[in-house]
Amino acid sequence: MKKILLGNEAIVKGALVSGVSFVSGYPGCPSAEIGDEFGKIAEKNGVYAEWSTNEKVALEAAIGASFSGLKSLVNMKSFGINVCSDSLLPLAYTGTKAPMVIVVADDPSCWSSAQTEQNSRAYAYLSHIPMLEPADPQECYDFTKLGFEISEKFNTPVILRTTTRVNHQKMIVDFEEPHSAKATRGDFVKNPKQFCTMPPRVLEMKAELLEKTEKISAFAEKSSVLNKVSGRRTSPQLGIITSGVAHLHTLEALDEMQLSAPVLKLGLFYPLTEKKIAKFIKGLKKVLIVEELDGYLEKEIKAIAKEANPKLQIFGKDLLPVIGELDTGKIELALSKITGKKFTLSKESASIAKAPRRYPKLCQGCPHLYTIAALKRIAPNAVFGGDIGCYMIAGYPPHNTQDYEFAMGAGLGISHGVSKATGQKVISLMGDGTFFHAGIPALINTVYNKSSPILIVLDNRITAMTGHQNNPGMGKNLMGKDAEELQIADIAKACGVKNVKVLDPSNIKELDATIKEFLEKDEVSVIVCKLICALLARRQQAAKE
Amino acid sequence: MLIKGVGGQGIVTLVAIIAESAFLNGYDVKSSELHGLSQREGSVQAHIKFGKKVYSPLVYKGQADLVIGQELLEGLRSVELAGSQTKFLINMFNSPFIGSMKEQEILDELNKLPKDKLNLVKASEICKDKLGNQVLSSVYLLGYAISRKLMPLKKESVLQAIKNVIPEKYREMNIKALELGYGQ
Repeated sequence: MKKILLGNEAIVKGALVSGVSFVSGYPGCPSAEIGDEFGKIAEKNGVYAEWSTNEKVALEAAIGASFSGLKSLVNMKSFGINVCSDSLLPLAYTGTKAPMVIVVADDPSCWSSAQTEQNSRAYAYLSHIPMLEPADPQECYDFTKLGFEISEKFNTPVILRTTTRVNHQKMIVDFEEPHSAKATRGDFVKNPKQFCTMPPRVLEMKAELLEKTEKISAFAEKSSVLNKVSGRRTSPQLGIITSGVAHLHTLEALDEMQLSAPVLKLGLFYPLTEKKIAKFIKGLKKVLIVEELDGYLEKEIKAIAKEANPKLQIFGKDLLPVIGELDTGKIELALSKITGKKFTLSKESASIAKAPRRYPKLCQGCPHLYTIAALKRIAPNAVFGGDIGCYMIAGYPPHNTQDYEFAMGAGLGISHGVSKATGQKVISLMGDGTFFHAGIPALINTVYNKSSPILIVLDNRITAMTGHQNNPGMGKNLMGKDAEELQIADIAKACGVKNVKVLDPSNIKELDATIKEFLEKDEVSVIVCKLICALLARRQQAAKE
Repeated sequence: MLIKGVGGQGIVTLVAIIAESAFLNGYDVKSSELHGLSQREGSVQAHIKFGKKVYSPLVYKGQADLVIGQELLEGLRSVELAGSQTKFLINMFNSPFIGSMKEQEILDELNKLPKDKLNLVKASEICKDKLGNQVLSSVYLLGYAISRKLMPLKKESVLQAIKNVIPEKYREMNIKALELGYGQ
């Protein structure tokens, strides 16, 4: 059937029709709707779905399912692959038993990402795991299916690497609705020869992995779906090689300029089909490589061209930016420089005043506002550690109460270092979701190695920023089932923290007094500011009415 | 077409209705939207393109036929992305912040645009008064846009799109908002 689907919805459809039965992940933008959607439909499709505590645990859960014979899908945003990489690399060595697709969603231009403008394609080199790059929702559907097929054929996990403009793109998608299935139970059959990466076996496994990669490459050379050529060869003998959503901008640029040139679209980033590329560039005088962020393809193609066509002029990152996403205009400009054809997308906008920048704001009634205000009131000279969550907005004006902000759970780790190195008073903020994700090891480190920051856990009873996902502190899991409601204060005490207080931050007096009291301590202390997210409270109220 | 506003104004829903309606009209269609932190009352921008064949989901600078600004300052912000052919449909709703421009200043700037290109509509105010919910302003603007032929979509297809896209509970009020904008 044909329907308008978001890229993320198309991934879900592709996984369902492939017979996925185990889904794990950690919410992040732009991948979160994949897990959210599975939360809604898992049960009736015979699928088990969870938000795991973090991406590493999510991947490990899927590895267990795969070793037990269940098809699995793991979903995460770009930085998630950093978190799970410790288990990702050995997974390439062991391979899968049942097929597994891992969705990793990058965010060129950092539309909804702090941290870095990460290019997760590099993990394909590091891990030797095949990596597919869809350009649009139709390919999200097709490539998810293809990912499961490749995974099944070669017993390897397959990474589906997307970007914001793919995950959050909508188009008319031709797809099949899956038949509703009954939940399947796996069966773990012992096979330590495959599942343990211990020496001396580990080096044999590496050899097997490299051999497997050769086979996948040979398979991909024959595929007409993975890497496609379109367009015609014309007189200037210019060719274009593209990947991901930049392929669509390229086709638009060619159309706008009324330029016809052959375009090789690489749907498989790794392993690269060298023969296909060599064949494509033979006879060309010039080639433009259109890829977002780092020029990985460009480097590879330059190496291939040394033998296949040494005179070929190769353009890429000399004409296209390494920073930020690409668009039709940037590609047209590059093409006009190569061909001498006119840049058609000129614009004449009215000359009126430029609108001042609008920063994201904490919502009306947000519980974090109480805490951020108290910091400025009680401890204006403290060092403020930030972390990943809505409360990053503390770093924007008018708050300006964030002195460093890195990665999930990193704020407290750094705060420990600052506290040890200087003896200055450090107050670190962390959300409930982040605490469960990566905060606990850092908290144990402050106790074990004796530093004295104050950790304020902003417990708004949900993982809010990524679209309100349940977490281990809420008593509900992804599929809406009752779960143990973990108490952050109990965990802090169990980690050895002696000064622990749970309070309602709207009780300003108590909040102020507690911060003052804990500033005097020469050991770590934890304040849990527990108050429901204002948006969630309004939604719950509306649902009741 | 570009849709600009601030987080929480129902932009994702508006994109879904327009895309569905374009599909029902037999057009090829692509859109791109943003979710996440930008939603927290920051600037939000969505792109929609429909026609015989659509390649890229993004509208390049200067190429938009129509800009729907759901908020005054965001409407003003969109002018730098517009070209000489671009028409503007802007909701006279102001979401101010410290360091923003005064409402009158924004209006003065917008009024420098050619008269035949600019449509200023009090969508939020009307929806709040008549329907008790200003989030419906986006669908109101859509009704206005199709009745003034700012967008080549048939009303029947938009009504059908609302039925296909909006959960039953909210359907009726969305249809009312569309009719209200259409009859304006």
